[in-house]
Amino acid sequence: MLDATPKERVTREALRINSCKTCQPVGALYAALGVHNCMPYSHGSQGCVAYHRTVLTRHYKEPVMAVSSSFSEGASVFGGKSNLTTGTKNVFDIYNPDIIAVHTTCLSEVIGDDLKAFIRDMEIPEGKLVVHCHTPSFKGSHVNGYAAMMAGFISYLSEKTEKPNGKLAVFPAWSEPSDLRLLKHYMDLMGISYTLFPDQSGVVDAPMTDHFESFPKGGTTIDEIRGLGDCTHVLGLGEWTVPEPCNALSKKCGVKSDIIPYPIGIANTDHLLMKLTELTGKEVPYAIEEERGQLIDLILDQHIWTSQKTCAIFGDPDFVLGVTSLVLEMGMIPKFVLTGTPGHAFPKMCQALFEQYGVEDQCQAFEFDDLFTLHQLVKNEPVDVLIGTNYGKQIARAEKIPFVRAGWPVLDRYGHYLWPNIGYRGAMRFVERISGAIMDHVDQTCSDEDFDVVM
Amino acid sequence: MNPRDAVLEKYSARVYKNRKDHVLTVPEDGSIPEMGANSRSLPGIMTERGCCYAGCKGVVVGPVKDVVTITHGPIGCGFYAWGTRRNKARPTIEGEHQENMPMMIQYMFSTDMQEPNIVFGGEKKLRKACEEAVEIFHPKAIFICATCPVGLIGDDIHAVAASIEEDYGVTCVAFSCEGYKGVSQSAGHHIANNQFIRRIVGTGSRPMPNPYTVNILGEYNIGGDGFYEEELLNRCGIHVRSAFTGNASIEELASAHEANLNLVMCHRSINYVADMLKTRYGTDWMKINFIGVEATKKSLRDIANYFGDQALIDRVEEVIAEEEAKYAEEFAYYRKKLTGKTAGLYVGGSRSHHYQLLLKDFGVSTILAGYEFAHRDDYEGRDVIPTIKLDADGKNIETITVDKDPALFHTYLTEEGAARLKAEHPEMELNDYKGMIVDMDAGAILDDDLNQYETDEFVRLLKPDIFFTGIKDKYAVQKGGTLCRQLHSYDYSGPYSCFHGAANFGRDMVMSLYTPAWGMINAPWKNRASIQAKVAVGGES
Repeated sequence: MLDATPKERVTREALRINSCKTCQPVGALYAALGVHNCMPYSHGSQGCVAYHRTVLTRHYKEPVMAVSSSFSEGASVFGGKSNLTTGTKNVFDIYNPDIIAVHTTCLSEVIGDDLKAFIRDMEIPEGKLVVHCHTPSFKGSHVNGYAAMMAGFISYLSEKTEKPNGKLAVFPAWSEPSDLRLLKHYMDLMGISYTLFPDQSGVVDAPMTDHFESFPKGGTTIDEIRGLGDCTHVLGLGEWTVPEPCNALSKKCGVKSDIIPYPIGIANTDHLLMKLTELTGKEVPYAIEEERGQLIDLILDQHIWTSQKTCAIFGDPDFVLGVTSLVLEMGMIPKFVLTGTPGHAFPKMCQALFEQYGVEDQCQAFEFDDLFTLHQLVKNEPVDVLIGTNYGKQIARAEKIPFVRAGWPVLDRYGHYLWPNIGYRGAMRFVERISGAIMDHVDQTCSDEDFDVVM
Repeated sequence: MNPRDAVLEKYSARVYKNRKDHVLTVPEDGSIPEMGANSRSLPGIMTERGCCYAGCKGVVVGPVKDVVTITHGPIGCGFYAWGTRRNKARPTIEGEHQENMPMMIQYMFSTDMQEPNIVFGGEKKLRKACEEAVEIFHPKAIFICATCPVGLIGDDIHAVAASIEEDYGVTCVAFSCEGYKGVSQSAGHHIANNQFIRRIVGTGSRPMPNPYTVNILGEYNIGGDGFYEEELLNRCGIHVRSAFTGNASIEELASAHEANLNLVMCHRSINYVADMLKTRYGTDWMKINFIGVEATKKSLRDIANYFGDQALIDRVEEVIAEEEAKYAEEFAYYRKKLTGKTAGLYVGGSRSHHYQLLLKDFGVSTILAGYEFAHRDDYEGRDVIPTIKLDADGKNIETITVDKDPALFHTYLTEEGAARLKAEHPEMELNDYKGMIVDMDAGAILDDDLNQYETDEFVRLLKPDIFFTGIKDKYAVQKGGTLCRQLHSYDYSGPYSCFHGAANFGRDMVMSLYTPAWGMINAPWKNRASIQAKVAVGGES
């Protein structure tokens, strides 16, 4: 596996090998799935949306409804206005969503299609909506596209009226439906009145009913997005991802926001709950405190297997920062932390965490980098466990490293989207899986005389 | 109202006008209707089609195992085409080939274009990327595949490829397969085929173990189908020079012209190559199909008859007898469990035809079939090719003409010999393909470029027991209570080719239809009269 990867590292300026990110539009599509009765719409050639539906479906094992402008060579030369006008009309006629969320592609960005004008000029059926955002694939990553689509919905829809609705707005970075369910569970337990935007739970984890619905029950409603302007405050989860939608809402409706780290791990979940208490005046109930106690109990019970073990973590910035924080709390050493998404802030944020735990001399963080680099790093300095997306399985196999799948995408396993990563419960699952991977490796590789039936 | 009309009825006049020729019913009188195909999909219709790049890089170019294939563009396209097609490869072990040949298809290479590359041009970055690939991997060849922005900003990828060849002495071939070209993946197949003929085939030579040496064109080795085929042909005494392009090495492709017969699996994606090989090198091609028991038997017999050696013909019969004996019990069991079931098929450019034959082996009838990116000849047969009118989208795809290469031209059969063979074996598709429709039952629905709405409606109206399609529509069908299996990736199973593959397929179908949870979809407290799941319920016994 990956036999052509040499140990010697060569500086690369142009060749990306084994990417650790993908393009903006798929993020915009995923954000739009978190809106109820919404059809995501890719303004470009039909291959983009085919790939995006494919990768999202392979991760969630669920139908992903989305359409495209089906650009031909002619449209690429003369502009995509008529494609967009025809395309949105066809969508309303055939699939009948309440809203169409358009995002651009590198094709429509390069030719400079003016979506704002196109949408202004088109006839939209009574009671229906079309919104858009710009997601040039040659900037940022899928994470940026997710944030751009959130900001797009807000700019079009959110309003400040005379009547505050008393709700807290919660903007999560790219989250699994399981994480959104847990977040809502915590807020419900605390008695908080909130709008969670976007909310893909109930959409990409819908039950088997023997009845297919193009638009399942889940998703933030259009009225809730309108009402974001009347919310008391915004709580953003994920310092890397959500500033853009927070700024969009602040600019349009003057709603202030607090942005905290994505709540993976003990400290980050503590931070979430403290912030919820601070912003709403609601207390943290015993049920959640009990979970916290179970998590600490688990970490201490199993630390003999994970403490001082080294790991490499890769994926999207906010997710990786959260996992890094958790493994540090477990006493592990996150030797290599890497994201494909560009942004100088990422290594600085990692560095701050390394320093907090006094491991800055042993750990390195990389932004705008790839899995070829990560493979070479662990070839030179092995780690005890690898944590990241399914593409890490190549490195894990090549270097015989225990592997824990986490983040997006995970295309080679089923059911992961049903179990949380965030909160105390999500951390418990991480701890169980990390220690399990290390212990399985011991079981598989030790000699018979060292083989323990009790561990 | 018949199902076709019921489904089309919901459309607006404009959409109806566009779709009516693509959705037909197989006529009762045995005639072959004219099928709307290979035309532009309407915006917003939720076609399942992909793009030109997907057809070129994803399908044809991607499987070549020892080449660095660089996607020139922003990151997405390269990322999505990384390791997702299950085109298997293993190191070639023979002669000058190294045993530890690294499998480059495990890697993803991209120029990951950023905004400045779009504004100021991406040629420099592409050149640098090729240089870095040479420095790190010392590849035998580099392929460059273009994405949408490349054509729009005017990067000359062919000039970059030429300069890399000159400076580093490595074969470097560029493919102008921008996503917006053509109407589907099909344009990308064509572009890939053209470059293989122009740049690769005919540049190498390897020893021929025997005159019964063939290429398998349009075999991408999904799930390992090509491995089974090569194994079976070897047992018969037929040698496979190269496959286009599953498990192919650049050297195998380069010497493909030396084979004496080209076997065509996927007619749609590769028939250009078959035609051009015949014109330039004189090699006959034959439409064969190793999906299905009867189809495999016919294909083996056709090949043996082409070569006309009685020992080979006898050997083929021995192998068929051995294989049939080996799987007789399994086949009988699967036939018992599957007979009477109905299926719908919506796959790329040949499988919707091939798998009807395999399903028929197990007693399953096909009531709906369509192609994602086929042309009229894939439906109606090659006789219609002279009558197909190219539209604007088609005209934008380059067609190359090749001439006879006097030095390398070789024919196994004379023209008279070929004519005599065709007369003796009218069913043999020598340099010909009769299309899918001829093998379908009257009354079955044909649907070209089936979209999500039509899938939902046809499955609801026709109630097939199994629907075969790709990942994008799989779960929508399954959520509605109909078993849906992926026929692009084989749901991570396979191989499905030849005798052994047919057994694998039968096992998978029975496993999927008889999974007990199908019978538990409705909660017992939901006091409903009957369970709506349209699949058989109960254990396998």
